[in-house]
Amino acid sequence: MSSRLPAGVTRDQALALYRMMQTIRQSEEGLAKACASGLVHGACHTYVGEEAIASGVCAHLTHDDAVFSTHRGHGHALAKGVTPRELFAELFGRETGCSHGRGGSMHLFKPEVGLMGTSGIVAPCILQAAGAGYSFKLRGLPHVGVAFFGDGASNNGAFHEGLNLAAIYQAPTLFVCENNQYATEVAFSYATRNTDVYKKAASFDMPGICVDGNDALAVYQAAGEAIARARAGGGPTLIECKTYRTRAHAEGMRESGYRPLEDIEAWKRRDPLKLLAGRLSAADEASQAELDAIAEQVRLIVEDAAEFARNSPYPDGATATDHVYAEA
Amino acid sequence: MREITYSVAAREALSERMAVDPTIFVVGEGIGRRGGNFATTLGLYERYGQMRLADTPISERGFVGMCCGAAMTGARPVVDFMFVDFILDAFGEIFNQVAKMQYMSSGRLKMPLLMRGCIGIGGSAATHHSGSYYAQFANIPGLRVVVPSTPYDAKGLMNTALTCDDPVLYLEHKNLLATKGPVPEPEESFSVPFGKARVSREGKDVTVVALALMHRKTLEAAEALAAEGISAEVIDPRTISPLDTDTVLESVRKTGRLLIVDESFQPMGVGAEVAARVADQGFDDLDAPIRRLNGAFTPTPYSPTLEAAIVPNPTTIAQAIRDLVKE
Repeated sequence: MSSRLPAGVTRDQALALYRMMQTIRQSEEGLAKACASGLVHGACHTYVGEEAIASGVCAHLTHDDAVFSTHRGHGHALAKGVTPRELFAELFGRETGCSHGRGGSMHLFKPEVGLMGTSGIVAPCILQAAGAGYSFKLRGLPHVGVAFFGDGASNNGAFHEGLNLAAIYQAPTLFVCENNQYATEVAFSYATRNTDVYKKAASFDMPGICVDGNDALAVYQAAGEAIARARAGGGPTLIECKTYRTRAHAEGMRESGYRPLEDIEAWKRRDPLKLLAGRLSAADEASQAELDAIAEQVRLIVEDAAEFARNSPYPDGATATDHVYAEA
Repeated sequence: MREITYSVAAREALSERMAVDPTIFVVGEGIGRRGGNFATTLGLYERYGQMRLADTPISERGFVGMCCGAAMTGARPVVDFMFVDFILDAFGEIFNQVAKMQYMSSGRLKMPLLMRGCIGIGGSAATHHSGSYYAQFANIPGLRVVVPSTPYDAKGLMNTALTCDDPVLYLEHKNLLATKGPVPEPEESFSVPFGKARVSREGKDVTVVALALMHRKTLEAAEALAAEGISAEVIDPRTISPLDTDTVLESVRKTGRLLIVDESFQPMGVGAEVAARVADQGFDDLDAPIRRLNGAFTPTPYSPTLEAAIVPNPTTIAQAIRDLVKE
């Protein structure tokens, strides 16, 4: 393997990816702890092991691009520009959260930065991203719609309808399938006879790309090409990122025997942060001390976020029915 | 005022709004060159082009979800379902996504999405092309449900729907499409607000609330009863969500009697809601029990004799009014 960074990836870009992946990892670990201590009131689906994907894709996006995400969306939110403070506060049910305490883990919103919501229902994000692409195309804007979803969503009708619609309208849309191989605790290999999601793009005559979802640089490159193509009027792309979630489906759930423990260990050895750190070191682009310094800076930010969330007020019950309809 | 059909009035509103708002686009099956199964978009493709009159695959869930995303990102989509029965394939997108999006985003996202489709029993359309469903959809917080019964309201409510930031379900009874009525000239802009019922016939003996085609049938019945000396006041709610209770209460204060006529089912229906509100807020004004006359609680049959047997008509409406006046 070449020790140099891939063509077109600068040291600064790679370090920015590393910083974002650290932010996601440490936020998730902080949230998992907070969950165990009762500060998170509802569900908490962490993104540990999949950080390379959100980081690699969102590095190409501006606040004008629209991201639609799924129930495992903390990483997408952070990579799109939600701050750790806003994320922690939301899961803690506080007014200062990105959804002002209306959503929790599965309903993160910050349209100001193009995070158009994570969702407790699997697969509608695929349709909405196609719609954002349609809207941008209609109005002659160079933006893209991006959907993040898991392998489970690829068995849902919305996947097939959404990809078909985006294809026939040539909507500037990127479909990112994070194939972590389990829909909650049902194996993807049980739920479909064709576990290569990217091959399903052929049904819609759309480019289907397969990348190692734990390789941040590979994701970054593949997403960069697809997004540039979409912006240039080249239509949608499906990217399948093969990955694995190394924590439970949701915090508090135990390994019930649905997956081999040795798989978890094997995937932990392919930790996306370690992989990227190794690439940076091998290319002589960053010293261990530099990487450690990034991790330490992130540690302080995440610590502050948890503290901020703990000290934030709860929403006023009198506002519970605000915003059901638009202001007249 | 000129007289045009309900169908032309609604289409005129859509076209006029499309001319001034370039973010409006319409999706549906056959709404492009064909101009819509019910002529909802006739002539618009030639004027506004393919991107703004986009034919779709038979993919209701898909294009509703797509339009949800488009509405969140600066467009104003119009979904034309043709027969509104087809909306049910998109129910999850509407209830869970479209209707909840403004709330979940704490009001930072708007949902300017219009969904329209034809409702109603008639013409042996049978059970997959005859439903109304407004009661089901009016039970969804975040959604507006609009049921115009005249050409004037068809245009006025369409104008409101196409300038409002909430998702609107706009339901057109098939048997009203060809009916004519007075509508202001094209250059005279006007709109009908949501949540404002209309007293379409004044009377003193009994209040009858009726919507869509039943409103028209009730007016026929009321005319016939006038000859018998029964004076019925007829109210068209025009929108079900929001639902105007004040106009009904005011009328009941005068008449003391209330009948609700609705082609759709009785259980959990619009009539039940109107009755509950009047019982709650106008109990002292009532001189008789509140009565309801509904279509039968059944899927819609095909054969004309069966079809006719399950919907109210001017004769059955008149009888229900006579019975109530005697109580």
